Amino acid sequence: MEVLANIINGASLGSVYAIIALGYTMVYGIAKMLNFAHGDVIMVGAYICFCAVSYLGLPALAGVLLSVVGCTVLGIVVERLAYKPLRNAPSLNVLITAIGVSYFLQNAALIIMGSDPKSFSSIIALPALQLFDGRLTISATAVITILACVIIMVALTLFTTKTKMGKAMRACSEDRDAAQLMGINVNSTISMVFAIGSGLAAIAGILMCSAYPTLMPTTGSMPGIKAFTAAVLGGIGSIPGAALGGVLLGIIEILARAYISTQLADAVVFAVLIVMLLIRPAGLLGKPVNEKV
Amino acid sequence: MGIKALKPQTRSTIITYAIVIVAFFAVTVLDGMGFISNSLSGQLVPICAYVSLAVSLNLVVGVSGELSLGHAGFMSVGAFTGVVAAGCLTRMGVESEILLFVAAAVIGAVAAGIIGFLVGIPVMRLRGDYLAIVTLAFGEIIKNLLNNFYIGVDDAGLHFSMTDSSSLGMTQGAILINGPKGAVGIDKISTFALGILLVLITVAVVLNLMHSRDGRAIMAVRDNRIAAESVGINVTKYRLMAFTVASALAGAAGVLYAMNYSTITPSQFDFNQSILILVYVVLGGMGNISGSIVSAAFLTVLPEVLRPINNYRMLIYAVVLILVMVVPNTKIYQRLADAVRSKLRREPKVPVAAAEGGEADE
Repeated sequence: MEVLANIINGASLGSVYAIIALGYTMVYGIAKMLNFAHGDVIMVGAYICFCAVSYLGLPALAGVLLSVVGCTVLGIVVERLAYKPLRNAPSLNVLITAIGVSYFLQNAALIIMGSDPKSFSSIIALPALQLFDGRLTISATAVITILACVIIMVALTLFTTKTKMGKAMRACSEDRDAAQLMGINVNSTISMVFAIGSGLAAIAGILMCSAYPTLMPTTGSMPGIKAFTAAVLGGIGSIPGAALGGVLLGIIEILARAYISTQLADAVVFAVLIVMLLIRPAGLLGKPVNEKV
Repeated sequence: MGIKALKPQTRSTIITYAIVIVAFFAVTVLDGMGFISNSLSGQLVPICAYVSLAVSLNLVVGVSGELSLGHAGFMSVGAFTGVVAAGCLTRMGVESEILLFVAAAVIGAVAAGIIGFLVGIPVMRLRGDYLAIVTLAFGEIIKNLLNNFYIGVDDAGLHFSMTDSSSLGMTQGAILINGPKGAVGIDKISTFALGILLVLITVAVVLNLMHSRDGRAIMAVRDNRIAAESVGINVTKYRLMAFTVASALAGAAGVLYAMNYSTITPSQFDFNQSILILVYVVLGGMGNISGSIVSAAFLTVLPEVLRPINNYRMLIYAVVLILVMVVPNTKIYQRLADAVRSKLRREPKVPVAAAEGGEADE
């Protein structure tokens, strides 16, 4: 029973990683950049929801909506101001800009909200699920997080395969120049990817803070790195890969924390990543790229 | 003979050394005249450490063309090994601070070099962003492991444990590394002069490597791996060489950094630290050693200068970072730069992309 509970908790944490990793992987797929500021968008999303619920007294759902809208706008603005001018710059310059944005968001949050951790009250006020005569207790947050991840995955898959915008998105990540020749507006497609990724990050931030209620300006950075790891583990650029990588990473982390060592859990997670990448250098679901000479 | 008569390579080498030496004398003189504030003079050793780190990371990122996000990991290996070495030597009765420092730096560099070599073997099988994430992972693993290291020394020798400090089984002696609390009670033996010495050694190692046969092979691998391989260059060997040398130099810089504080913790050497060093390298210019020196020094001083507006300084730092990257890519700037360039040199216009050059991607 204990193992099962741990696996479910792991899947819940992993679902958060998966939702964040989706943002990473889509942005990487289309803009070929590592958006290190993505983790901090999570933090911004959680803060917006926290302020809306605790200070303005709005209902939880309104807080979530506000936070998603806020982060979506943030994503678009950041892309326009910081990343768009660098479309043809070397990838490292874009990386440094993303780091600059990350510092900016963290320090802006520090100035506005202060450095003391806020205790995020869970927006999910449902009783925990009792299974097998109460031998297995699953928190409502865990259930909802996993559900949210599944819904987002299905919606995103439908979006990228069925809609015109989604197809344009995939065309851009396949070959940006060819897509442009076919009449796809690459700039607005990239903006849209940032918007979707940031909106998802807001949801991830709220779900994460509902399970782990400490909210600080640096709250987003470690989950951001883990989600990035998950995206690479699944094969960066691949949407199902990000989900698979995220869930796997979450389960490994929780199991390592429970059965190996609390302090060494992160080391185990990263060690698994390294071993996986040595066996499959392009990630679990990534396509190996053949080099042309 | 004028400096213009020299080969461009020799000229840039001389300028690089000159920057460091002139900076050393300028700072020493200014300090003697009391122009340097306390908070700034406290930053002198860290500046030297960061300059060394930036130069060594430039060997990996700029010269060898691999994005490494785990440089702080090697820095911490050096720092903690150096602290343990210095602790043991002090106990053995070595009193000369210079001797202690040199021994610690050498041992730290060797340890970091060995770890760098071991990490490099699997890492160098990967490319591009995958390589970057694995170096990040190794950096985090090193930090995580060091968080669980407990090392003490007494008359019986070194004691090591991975559970807690009480299981070291020591009744007397000193605990050198205390898990997440890090290394405590370090003798502050780093000085600005030693720092400058380390910077000069680092620069000399990197420049000499760059200008040697091996260095040309490393750059050939960066510019076109397949072409380099086809003319018989052992790709893995040269990538690994650059990575190991850079790790060892980072280790020495870590010792310099650690010996400037009485306490260091493993969590100081996290991903953000690696990123900080990477920022220096990119801002200074890939493969440009004097650029790394200047940008590392400038960006370490910048937050100190901004200290009066304490709350906003990191915000301004972030904005500066973004602007430095974004502004040269805006149309207005490019037009201005073109105009200035043609005014100054009266040469035919060159496209900006071609003039910048030095991109390390494959």
